[in-house]
Amino acid sequence: MGGRGFLLIATAVLVAGCGGGGGGGGATEPKQSQAGSPAKVTVELWHLSTTEPMKTIMAERAKEFMAKHPNVTIKATVLENEAYKSKITTLTQSGKAPDVFATWGGGVLKQQIDADLVKDLSADVAPILGGFTKASLAAYQFDGKTYGLPTDIGMVGFWYNKKLFAKAGIQQPPATWAELLDDVKKLKAAGTTPIALAGKEKWPGHYYWAYLAMRIGGVPALQQAATDKNFTTPDFVAAGQQLKALADLQPFQKGFLGAGYSTPDGQSASVSNGKAAMELMGQWAPAVQKSSGKGLGDDLGFFPFPAVDGGKGAVTDAFGGGGGLAVGADAPPEAVEFVKFFDEMANHSRAVEKGGVLPVLQGEESAVKDPNLKVVAESLAKATGFQLYLDQAYPPAVGAEVNDSVAQLIAGTKTPQQVAEAVTEVAKSE
Amino acid sequence: MTTLTRGRQAPAPAARARPPRRRRRPWMTITLFVLPALVLFLLLVVAPIAVALYASAFKWNGFGGLPTNFVGWDNFTRLFGTEVFRQDVWHLGVIILLSLGVQLPFSLAIAMLLHRRVRGRAVYRLVFFAPYVLSEVITGVLFSLLLSPDAGLANQLLGAFGLESAWLADTGTVLPSVFLVMTWKYFGFHMMIYLAGRQNIPEELIEAAQIDGATPWRVFRHVTLPLLGPTIRISVFLSVIYTIQLFDLVWILTEGGPSHASETMAVTMMEFGFGRNQVGYASAISVVMFGLSLVFALVYQRFVMRRDLEGAATSMGDHR
Repeated sequence: MGGRGFLLIATAVLVAGCGGGGGGGGATEPKQSQAGSPAKVTVELWHLSTTEPMKTIMAERAKEFMAKHPNVTIKATVLENEAYKSKITTLTQSGKAPDVFATWGGGVLKQQIDADLVKDLSADVAPILGGFTKASLAAYQFDGKTYGLPTDIGMVGFWYNKKLFAKAGIQQPPATWAELLDDVKKLKAAGTTPIALAGKEKWPGHYYWAYLAMRIGGVPALQQAATDKNFTTPDFVAAGQQLKALADLQPFQKGFLGAGYSTPDGQSASVSNGKAAMELMGQWAPAVQKSSGKGLGDDLGFFPFPAVDGGKGAVTDAFGGGGGLAVGADAPPEAVEFVKFFDEMANHSRAVEKGGVLPVLQGEESAVKDPNLKVVAESLAKATGFQLYLDQAYPPAVGAEVNDSVAQLIAGTKTPQQVAEAVTEVAKSE
Repeated sequence: MTTLTRGRQAPAPAARARPPRRRRRPWMTITLFVLPALVLFLLLVVAPIAVALYASAFKWNGFGGLPTNFVGWDNFTRLFGTEVFRQDVWHLGVIILLSLGVQLPFSLAIAMLLHRRVRGRAVYRLVFFAPYVLSEVITGVLFSLLLSPDAGLANQLLGAFGLESAWLADTGTVLPSVFLVMTWKYFGFHMMIYLAGRQNIPEELIEAAQIDGATPWRVFRHVTLPLLGPTIRISVFLSVIYTIQLFDLVWILTEGGPSHASETMAVTMMEFGFGRNQVGYASAISVVMFGLSLVFALVYQRFVMRRDLEGAATSMGDHR
């Protein structure tokens, strides 16, 4: 077992940049085309679509692209969410990037851009840029340059069980935060667990704090805080206090502090099996519910995060994010072509129809078939403001501190003021 | 661990017996055989330690070649100043105490029982040792299902007696719960070591004590236990070193939560290195872990295991 110590130290050094151990990125085949026939090119594609329908769709698109360009071989590396994050971090820290890779944009992509690992696509995509919706592009644009194209965009909101709401005597989904707190009490009185939360994974908790800050302070306040590196303004503290007010009602399922999101007894399964009445989650919630439990079918409904009385943010402001594809700095031109190919209207709308992603192109909304996803797509289309997930928008350390501190707030080990101070401290040290 | 002691003892007489002749050929052979291992050792052990030491003096997100922003001891002063890291140290202490105070005595007791001629002894040994063979990840997944507060088997069974627990989902119970899982996984391993050690104790000594009229307890206390000394000392050593590096099990079970209540140094390192891209800071944590392990290993071997390593403690391995 002595070797274990060295293993861990070796892990630390993996962090420190000794390389990702295989599966390296970068184009491996010669790029120059010989006179006449184009030379063979391998494009490394890294993505994290491990669930249907996107798993099949990604594979199909790659196949179609290869059929169109016989000289191109697309080599896909597909990893599950958490594994993907670790592996891409290790690879990029060793100074390499795959030719095409899935990204959430925001602060992580910015660090990769600053390290010269990501290709500036501005010139290549200029002609097609107008076709995308504004909200979907925002996460991949920095200083007027475009470093990736969106493949999916969505927003976070409450997914609720209509039957359980009716049973508790709630006629309408809450429109204000005060109403939500009331409904939580009603649900509890009716013997129903009001909210499911994955406390072990910290990111689902941060949605509450971020949304409350958005409703209370407005979208600009979130961006201003990042620029000023100051999260101790009254709006953020108030957001923490409102979240604490919710947590004090003990609305979450038994043992939520140890619960995962998509595990058999986790957040998604609790809602899916009718044990909890709602969850605050992104547009993928229905799909995950289907695989984590029985599913609610027609009983599943969606309502946007309620407004806070006296808040500066509008109820139509959306909080969310999506996914996109970025291109490695040393990638062959074919890599850019593939990304553009994937986002062609005819191709992308097919993925939307299958329910795998939401519209990123203008006029694509009609392709959404699922009634709940239609609500999401329409809310997004008329969103008055858009804020990317904080753990993606901010530098990784700040985003992680938000998740961590808010988790402690919900667990009752940090006060709203301490959360604000902890996030500020990390933001200042970045 | 008999093999270890025996292995260290064996070369001495053998080397003395061989006449020193023709130095060149052995050197060639030695180089040839040692080189691959040495290269691997340097590359995978020494170089990473060096890089981690170097990186720990920088503020660095891991991107773009070598770090440039030199901060000296800053990572370390920040580290020791944070609540989370102080908690890590506290958890380390608690788990070491529990391991030495509960897990090892328990393993010893089981080993003593299974040394007797119990019916189905081989089966018990196999069953108790089996958890050790499982990977930590499988163990973790298994127990997160078992200990699930709502639907887990543990609460379903204990619920009948009104003994439900939040297990991993409460800051108060999480650390004992993690320790419980650790014990389940590792007591079989320590049991095996003790069994091996026990089998090397000559039965004549036990018999002699019995003939002298010693009670079973006194036989254990004054004959078996002292002769098991080297074995116990090595198992304590392994246990402590393992605890300093505890990661996989905690990561799968709790990710260090809730509210950092079960976090270990390695988990903190992972979060800062991969989660926050603060590689310099994470390296500082790894350096502290390395330092702790190294100091413990050296001090322990120098002062506690010295006699064992010289092979003077018992006649282990010599009789028969």
